[in-house]
Amino acid sequence: MTTAAATTIKARQRPGDRIFSSATVIAGSVILAMLAAVAIFLLIESLPAFVADPSEFSGDVTNFWSYVGPLVFGTVYSAILALIMAVPVAIGIALFISHFAPRKLAQGLGYLIDLLAAVPSVVFGLWGITVLAPLVQPFYTTLVEWFGWFLPLSGPVSGTGRTILTVSVVLAVMILPIITAICREIFLQTPLLHEEAALALGATRWEMIRMAVLPFGLPGIISASMLGLGRALGETMAVAMVLSPSPEVFFQLLTSQNSNTIAANIALNFPEAHGVGVNILLATGLMLFIVTLLVNMLARVVINSRKAFSGAN
Amino acid sequence: MNFKRFGRPAIIAIVAGLALSSCAANEGATPASDDAAASTLSGTINGAGASSMGAAQEAWRAGFQTANPDVTVNYDPTGSGAGREAFIAGGTDFAGSDSFMSTDELAGTFAACAPDSKAVDLPVYISPIAVIFNVEGLTELNIDADTLAKIFAGTITSWDDAAIAALNPDATLPATPITAVHRSDDSGTTKNFSDYLFQTAPDVWTEKASDTFPFSSGDGAQGTSGVVSAVTNGVGTIGYADASQAGSLSTAKLMVGSDFVAYTPEAAAEVVAGSPLVADRAADDLALNLNRKTTNPAEYPLVLVSYAIVCNTYADAAQGELVKAYIEYIASAEGQIVAKDAAGVAPLSSELEANVADVLATVK
Repeated sequence: MTTAAATTIKARQRPGDRIFSSATVIAGSVILAMLAAVAIFLLIESLPAFVADPSEFSGDVTNFWSYVGPLVFGTVYSAILALIMAVPVAIGIALFISHFAPRKLAQGLGYLIDLLAAVPSVVFGLWGITVLAPLVQPFYTTLVEWFGWFLPLSGPVSGTGRTILTVSVVLAVMILPIITAICREIFLQTPLLHEEAALALGATRWEMIRMAVLPFGLPGIISASMLGLGRALGETMAVAMVLSPSPEVFFQLLTSQNSNTIAANIALNFPEAHGVGVNILLATGLMLFIVTLLVNMLARVVINSRKAFSGAN
Repeated sequence: MNFKRFGRPAIIAIVAGLALSSCAANEGATPASDDAAASTLSGTINGAGASSMGAAQEAWRAGFQTANPDVTVNYDPTGSGAGREAFIAGGTDFAGSDSFMSTDELAGTFAACAPDSKAVDLPVYISPIAVIFNVEGLTELNIDADTLAKIFAGTITSWDDAAIAALNPDATLPATPITAVHRSDDSGTTKNFSDYLFQTAPDVWTEKASDTFPFSSGDGAQGTSGVVSAVTNGVGTIGYADASQAGSLSTAKLMVGSDFVAYTPEAAAEVVAGSPLVADRAADDLALNLNRKTTNPAEYPLVLVSYAIVCNTYADAAQGELVKAYIEYIASAEGQIVAKDAAGVAPLSSELEANVADVLATVK
């Protein structure tokens, strides 16, 4: 009897079970293998860049770290600015769709937002240089006149409007659909009992959203933002087309000199790069890889620490 | 019934149409087949290099392949440096380059060439660079190298600056700030623009010519089209771009000697014709020391010259014949007109054309 209890009961495996389970294992390992392949390729190709001769770098830069520093700054700066602009709007749209809009309108609006995600980035880039930049330029001029004493808004103002703020607006528009779509799904999953309980206690709709929907959706909002941030960090074409870059760190938002982003810098300089120049660009790609990895890990930590307080797991 | 009634005339019409049109096609094709009979060349030519002559190479390829149906020409616009590297390593049959080979490169060996033979630079592509601007109320602008250098280096920042006013006494200059637009990607256009200013205004333009814009001032834009669109859409903007792409924008006149010269293909070809060869190189190497400091008002010194780099003697003689024929076509009057129509280049002067032809005659 005792020996029989110790042996674990094994479920009968039909062919379908085996095929499906091995298929998932393969799918899971392929993604790991691909990630490893990209990382190894970047590492190997970057090595010559770290010991590159100072003459290989353009301008006054003498080593790789002072070359990549402003690029990392520009990448993170523009992405965070985009996130600051996109997240509140995305939460607003998502709440409107999930809790305020009439059902028919909500559906239509949902499709419209998803459509925005399907627009290619080169179209956003064209829109940025031909429509947005000339449109905001006069506004930037006024901003510099009035608030020029504040470092990020100080002049001299760009005559073309192709600044890091314009880029961030374009990026914000581009990441809006992802964040909105995820937030919408999360908000729709708020347990109805929580919402009804809040309303029964006499909460207004806004109070109900604050008490029930937002705390429940917080981890989802954070994951959505991180996905958006990931796209903003890696966006290439739109930035390369719109931004007026300079190889230094600039906090100013409205001038012609802006720190470039890593992805855009690669896109701009790769066509004419040769020799060690290619390795240097690939090494900046490795840095972007690391930055993205760090951002995602940070997001994981934040979500995990919040998990206990919300209903989402 | 219906089909019979309308079907027969319709069939007759279709057949007649086919017969007539195929007749016409035959007639049209006759001269081409004559050419094909004359051309005994067949094979593949691979080239790579300067993206500046990418559009012209497209046109040359099309023209050459029409005349020689059995030849395939490939040109990969990877950039001048990469093009020279690929040629030296033997990966391509010729290179397109915005700068001639360095002495270091010439000292080495060329994998595609016969042992003990070297490669030569042949100027085949001349493109004037226009200084374009977009300032409200200003359609004409005279400028000298010193002022231009100061504008792009960021020391002159307003359109009503005294230096600009002195050159344009009749114009009413607004107090708009200047936004100088340069290329944000590496480019031969920047290198030639930079070289012009470095040679003519060395006090202001202290940086040597390179593919990357040397100063951290002004506005950067991607590609020629990016610069043109930034200048068009901006306020108080000035930039430099291949003249063929300037479109409807106003272009500035450069001070040459004591006159102001607008760019024209003729003036651009003239300065190249008037430029001496680089000293201390093989006699058949036509690397040009562009005479940027010219004072002859018939010459427009802000030009980009691209070279075709070919072997003196190819390791594979048959391949040499092919490349020779292709480059001869490029440098011929016909090839230059084709490129002028397609890419707005300035055709080579007849003297330079003859020099290039002389060198090509010795290529094996």
